[in-house]
Amino acid sequence: MKQNSVVRMAVISSYAIFVALSWIFGFDPGREISRNFASFSLDMLKVLPCAFVLIGLFEVWVKKETVEKHLGEESGIRGYVWGILLAGTTVGGLYVAFPVAYSLYSKGAKLSVIFTYIGASAICRVPMTVFEASFLGIKFTAIRLFVSIPLVVITSILLGDYLRKRNYSIAEGK
Amino acid sequence: MHWSYAITGLALVLSLTASREKTLEALKVSYRRLTNILPAFLLMLVLVSIVLFLVPDVVISQYLGVDNKFAGVLFASLLGSITLMPGFIAYPLAGILLKKGVAYMVLSAFTTTLMMVGVLTYPIESRYFGARVTIMRNAMSFLIALIIAVVTGILFGEVFQ
Repeated sequence: MKQNSVVRMAVISSYAIFVALSWIFGFDPGREISRNFASFSLDMLKVLPCAFVLIGLFEVWVKKETVEKHLGEESGIRGYVWGILLAGTTVGGLYVAFPVAYSLYSKGAKLSVIFTYIGASAICRVPMTVFEASFLGIKFTAIRLFVSIPLVVITSILLGDYLRKRNYSIAEGK
Repeated sequence: MHWSYAITGLALVLSLTASREKTLEALKVSYRRLTNILPAFLLMLVLVSIVLFLVPDVVISQYLGVDNKFAGVLFASLLGSITLMPGFIAYPLAGILLKKGVAYMVLSAFTTTLMMVGVLTYPIESRYFGARVTIMRNAMSFLIALIIAVVTGILFGEVFQ
């Protein structure tokens, strides 16, 4: 996947040049874009260090057998419940859920639980849900949760089974 | 947000008292994982900053507020998929739109795709899961969001009047 990283570097460096030129020549759209970049980076910087420190601690302290037992192939329905509960405590958004999901997977969680966790961390994070209910009403939030959770679990099982038949495995970074 | 720092701090202290070596090892894992995925994060930030410029809140409000609710759902789900914003911006915006008379089903399509479908997080997701799975997961999430929007519309009496 070398090609990917070359493309990525090219995109990132031309972006940096574009931003620098925009500031030098007072090109407003470019300045606006760099402000967006800064504010979003700050948001993520608040979340990422914690997330990755916790991932590191998890990797070192939590035994593979524990994860396998509760989230692995033999976990049954409990695995999905754990996946959803864990998702409820996740902060940030999908971009935090992906590295956590990878960690869980490398410790032996099954694919369908991983996808449930990712889906649930998009839609049932507790602080976000409370926030949503306060702006859009409890009925709105309740409908969303009751409809989405079963759908997320079902599609995760389908996707997990499909991939297991194809001997799929998750690989970190390329 | 402060909670996550408190919990992380507590976990670190506990880990340190249990074993200094293991804690150091954990931090090494953290560092390695973070630096490994950082380029993908950077690419995501670049994309986010450009898309947010091209599709500002004003434009989102315009498209979500169209008279035809079903067109609104379609616009909302597309805009929600291609943009990315934190909940503390998205929900107040949705709240304002609700007061302006935008239908619940439109807001549901927008907020759900915003959270579940990530075109902009593609660089990160595909790095862990590969392109095919990333596309499949996002396509399924998009469908789920549409189903949620329709059910929301029915239960709020917006579909059958």
